[in-house]
Amino acid sequence: MALQEVCGFNKFSYLYSEWNISASASVYLEDTFFSFHNRKNTDFGGFFTGSNGSPLELYVPVAEYLKESPLQFGQASPNVTPQPTAKPEYCSLPSLPFPAGIPLSASSSIPLPFQLSHGTTTLAFQFQGGVIAAADTRSSCSGLVACPSSQKILPIHSHLVGTTSGTSADCFLWKRILARELRLYQLRHHRRLSTGGAAKLLSHMLHPFKGTELCVAATLCGWDQNLCGPRLFYVCSDGTRLQGELFSVGSGSPYAYSILDRDICWEMSVDEAVALAREAVYRATHRDAYSGNNVDLYHITAGGWKRREREELKEEYYREKEREREKVAERRRKMEKADGSKCVK
Amino acid sequence: MLSSDSYSENGKMRDYHYTGPVEHRFSPYSFNGGTVLAVAGEDFAIVASDTRLSEGYSIHSRDSPKCYKLTDTTVIGSSGFHGDCLTLTKIIDARLKMYKHSNNKSMTSGAIAAMLSTILYGRRFFPYYVYNIIGGLDEEGKGAVYSFDPVGSYQRDTYKAGGSASSMLQPLLDNQIGFKNMENVQHVPLTQEKAVQLVKDVFISAAERDVYTGDALKICIITKEGIREETVPLRKD
Repeated sequence: MALQEVCGFNKFSYLYSEWNISASASVYLEDTFFSFHNRKNTDFGGFFTGSNGSPLELYVPVAEYLKESPLQFGQASPNVTPQPTAKPEYCSLPSLPFPAGIPLSASSSIPLPFQLSHGTTTLAFQFQGGVIAAADTRSSCSGLVACPSSQKILPIHSHLVGTTSGTSADCFLWKRILARELRLYQLRHHRRLSTGGAAKLLSHMLHPFKGTELCVAATLCGWDQNLCGPRLFYVCSDGTRLQGELFSVGSGSPYAYSILDRDICWEMSVDEAVALAREAVYRATHRDAYSGNNVDLYHITAGGWKRREREELKEEYYREKEREREKVAERRRKMEKADGSKCVK
Repeated sequence: MLSSDSYSENGKMRDYHYTGPVEHRFSPYSFNGGTVLAVAGEDFAIVASDTRLSEGYSIHSRDSPKCYKLTDTTVIGSSGFHGDCLTLTKIIDARLKMYKHSNNKSMTSGAIAAMLSTILYGRRFFPYYVYNIIGGLDEEGKGAVYSFDPVGSYQRDTYKAGGSASSMLQPLLDNQIGFKNMENVQHVPLTQEKAVQLVKDVFISAAERDVYTGDALKICIITKEGIREETVPLRKD
């Protein structure tokens, strides 16, 4: 159909099957724009036809144009001959639909005329009362503040929250994909996937895009019912997946680490933890040019996540200035009193 | 289409001076200028754009508006590379038709915004060089503005400026509509007349200082009665 061709839509044969009589074996039917075109790769046809049998069916959105870069015509392109990856059968994830030889570095031949949003401070840590996740809200784009009130902590489900750092479009979308996959897992297996499992899922979904300009650095903060405890994982698009008790990500992370490392301890109360997280983000926004504006804070406990009111940091700066002024005035008064008493003597 | 290294990263042209032999490569992107702006009110939304189409030092057209009507309650403004703007609006129109045919109702503004985000991200590794802003009425009849970056990250705002003069207009809007950086000011809600006047003033200022903005201003005012259009002349030099 002409309309579908225009939109790259002809893989969505499930819903529009009456229009696509000659539809080929396009199996993954959940997503519209993510098209996995395997008309040409007939050797993979048998691999994919079959409905949702295996439990961990990852739908990796690898679009068609990644197989043929449109700009290879007539120009001296950089060496993008890809190494054929291992056949999917040898892959540990049995249903990873990833054909060999995708030129994922096609993007390096096209210099983009614009910058994407980057730069942030996010942090997350565990303590006896759960997990705290905090982030600033500035999203910058090559020197301009693209958005002073973006949301960098995205809830994925009732007991899992993810902080995002890197390109905001990538983070937003991959969180959506992760939320969808977790929901499907929950429906199929009648239990929620653990935070570690979610981290592994995200890491494996990002793996095909390693080496491309995709940039996602997320910390997944959650509470696992079965493992009875808070969990914190750091997942990065270059393949890192770490479990830990304290993570800070972004351009302002060194400043945040310095505040956190000094005062963090497991036995903190909730108020102390919240104050600490807020202070860390505040100091980082003070020193880092790419972080600023407001602080978002989420607290995850056994009952789910709770969102604290977004706080404007401008007020805090004024309060800080006021406090400094008070301190100086106090000191001056003390000195005058000491001088005064000396004089009397 | 000129080569990419004559443009710096925000789309404006670099200074022209000789730096030695440079290898020029074909770039599929080009910057055609233009500014778009959208403001959301209590029961209305305004989308405005200038009508100049330029490339490098030349003006291709003085009558090329950048607002496109999508449904009776939604207008999109797209600036950046004109080729991608045209294709993107064609794809959105096609998807709107498909939705209408299969669901028997028009898409709401929020749904169009979510759909556009996925369309843009579908081309993550060869993006549409378009800065989009959608303005319209949501299901409750309140004004809504959704602003996008070229790869699909979006959020709902009250006002947003995009395009070549966006860095000049956005602070002015922050101050006048968002009452930012002002002390002891009463926050009055924005009326439609004041909003239209503000948009005109703001574009006149932009045309003074940005070379890619000018010629004429097209304003689309979206209310529950429909979409009304106004054209205001701007500087032509």
